[in-house]
Amino acid sequence: MNWMTSRKLIAGLAVATALSTAAFALPAQAATLNMAWSQDATGLDPHKQTAFSSLRLLELIYEPLVRLDADLNVVPAIAASWEFAPDAKTLTFKLDPKAKFTNGAAVTPADVKASFDRLMDEATGAAARANFLTIASIDTPDAETVVFNLSTPDVPLLVAMATVNAAIVPASEIEAGNVGNTAVGSGPFILESWEPNSKEVLKTNTEWAGGAIAIEGINISVLPDETAILASLRAGQTDFALLNDPLVATLVPNEQNLTLNRVTGLAYNVLQLNPSRAPMDNLLVRQAMSCAINRQEIVDAALAGEGAVTGPLTMPAFAQEPSTLLCYNQDIATAKSLMEQSGVEPFSVKVIAATGEPPTAASQAQVLQAQLAEIGVTLEIEMMELNVYVDTWLKGDFDMAVAQNGGRPDPYPMYNRYFTNEGNLQKVSNFLDEKSDTLLKQGQWETDPAARKEVFQEWERHMAEQAPWLWLSTGYSYTASQKNVVGFESSPTGTLFGLTTVSIQ
Amino acid sequence: MNYVVQRLITFPLILLGVSILVFVAIRMVPGDAITAMLGTEAGLLTPDQRAALANYFGIDQPVWSQYLRWIGGVFQGDLGISTIYGKPVMTVILERFPLTLQLALMSMVIAMSIGIPLGVLAATRNERPSDLGIRMLAMLGQSTPSFVVGVLIIFVLSVFFGFVPAMGTFTPLLQDPLASIGQLIFPAITLGFAFAASVTRIARSSMLDVLSDDYIRTARSKGASPRSVVWRHALPNALIPVVTLAGVEFGYLLGGAVIVEQIFALPGVGRLTLDAITQRDYALVQGSVLFIAFNFLVVNLLVDLAYVALDPRIRIGNR
Repeated sequence: MNWMTSRKLIAGLAVATALSTAAFALPAQAATLNMAWSQDATGLDPHKQTAFSSLRLLELIYEPLVRLDADLNVVPAIAASWEFAPDAKTLTFKLDPKAKFTNGAAVTPADVKASFDRLMDEATGAAARANFLTIASIDTPDAETVVFNLSTPDVPLLVAMATVNAAIVPASEIEAGNVGNTAVGSGPFILESWEPNSKEVLKTNTEWAGGAIAIEGINISVLPDETAILASLRAGQTDFALLNDPLVATLVPNEQNLTLNRVTGLAYNVLQLNPSRAPMDNLLVRQAMSCAINRQEIVDAALAGEGAVTGPLTMPAFAQEPSTLLCYNQDIATAKSLMEQSGVEPFSVKVIAATGEPPTAASQAQVLQAQLAEIGVTLEIEMMELNVYVDTWLKGDFDMAVAQNGGRPDPYPMYNRYFTNEGNLQKVSNFLDEKSDTLLKQGQWETDPAARKEVFQEWERHMAEQAPWLWLSTGYSYTASQKNVVGFESSPTGTLFGLTTVSIQ
Repeated sequence: MNYVVQRLITFPLILLGVSILVFVAIRMVPGDAITAMLGTEAGLLTPDQRAALANYFGIDQPVWSQYLRWIGGVFQGDLGISTIYGKPVMTVILERFPLTLQLALMSMVIAMSIGIPLGVLAATRNERPSDLGIRMLAMLGQSTPSFVVGVLIIFVLSVFFGFVPAMGTFTPLLQDPLASIGQLIFPAITLGFAFAASVTRIARSSMLDVLSDDYIRTARSKGASPRSVVWRHALPNALIPVVTLAGVEFGYLLGGAVIVEQIFALPGVGRLTLDAITQRDYALVQGSVLFIAFNFLVVNLLVDLAYVALDPRIRIGNR
């Protein structure tokens, strides 16, 4: 290339840069928050969508009867107050008279009943229905009251209602068959437009019963590559972003204009064993594996230190120190001796993991592979595309699985599906155990908080001893924002509801 | 003309083959729209709930009956409804296609305007330092994956210049040409980089071949200036392999440069197809693959026609 050509090239690039800068360096609108995330919602029906990415959007548009605050306490949403009958078989709500749908209509007990009827209808295909099976009937005695009559005592029901999967939608929209095509909720924001996998425009709901909001709206861009999200934060194009990849998140504090919000999540990383298959059907082998792994090392090496070791219970109100659980401190000598006692020869098993979900799945599998090799357990790692993985996982068709499972603020709805005898994901855990079943059900009926805590902690110790799964760690949920975006409150559930208190300085 | 008609007649047959392949292939991938939407929570559905959802997504029928229903629609110009977008597949594709077309064209312009002069330059300075330099540059361009170039560009722009092109959206060219070109220039450079490298290499070797031909020697002996020999006599013939390469590359680009669209968060056909696959939006996967295949056929036909324009000795119509 001669000198003239290269000079022209550089000049050309400079012009292109100037063109783009001129076109895009316009100041952001004062009070609209520009937000980015890597995964978009997959639909608008709050009763059908369960993907993390969908819930994050729908929580801004719809409201359930109650919600959880940042400390996971149940607080009012559409309902202003509630009360369990002493036998925990009736749950009565008083609705907030100010609550209004964005179509202008007030939220009435009839809407609540219609929403739950829809949710409970099998034709709806709502996965969350499984959490509401104790609801026998719903009464609406007056214009403010809704009474749920339960077939058995069910204390965790209230927490189960604190999710957008139990959102209240207008009875008229249900009747018209519009739920999922349009988004009429009573939440803090109104969905103005949605281009799937590209962008959403949200406008603030000025009539929202929850109070005034300092921003005018939110423009959400879907930037599938998280390094691109970081770049757009650096360039000031994005004000606020949701991050999943710990490696990207750790780069945020290096930028002087950016703040990283980090909160320990309820979701947990786990090595699921399949106790229905040999040699994982041998309790001593499972315990040996639990003793052989160094959970902190997995956090340090695979999660870049971004996480904390956990036992089965991840919610602060119930969790106990993991080091007090059997084999949750690495002990190779004990592990080797347990292997010897089991009489099982060194063996090789396949472990499945999903590509990129969580982003650290492959590295976790590799560290586990190295650690378990020390006691003669050879892991063959099989990486799968997420949908293929989910399919295999749901069939329980694996020796072992590196999984990241979602958490719940209450242990019962979090684990009853896997570890009670009738649990509908029992096929995934492949673990039938009378003691686990009894303890979890006791936790469902028990109304005294202190006694509930003791029940679930006993269950946790039992599960660590039985080791059907080897719980590893919880990760963090991250959001990053410009320094001038203030007032966001993170929550362990990962919700972005904290955007309602945000202002741009 | 006869040839063009013959080719056009084969289009529907090829597309029919593609339609069967894609229909079967996407259904052989485990997981369906229900697991794609609900993830692990799909395990919580009762059989009745699952049946209701299968009916909603239209996957409750046997595969052959789904195919017949779909292909019947295709013949009437209806590619089905996308479950992600809740809109006709054709509408969704046509919304996304202008971006991909513009990106492909811009990459091609970049590749040609850099690759052809560099290739010619290298060929005329065969084995001299400038030739070696260009060849090394071309090798580098070909062996660097586009995601590396893309991420590097984004990193350099954001860290050193504090700016990135607007991502996540697309401004149509007619609406605001400057903004539109500004938005796509860096993705186009990313794609054009590897493309230009291939063009350089092909242009160089084909130019070297042509320069050793008898008619070039004749032209030189007749006293034609070196510039005229290279650009007027040799280049048109040397361009034939370049056109072939450009046609194939352009066809690929029209299929959506998936990785670059992903990195720069551009809502083009490539990302559309990828999202459709991961979310098991069957109608959209089928529709976009058919659309991409159709583009390929059209581009290939145009390439063949371009041969004739470049080299009058080729008479495809008489085959």
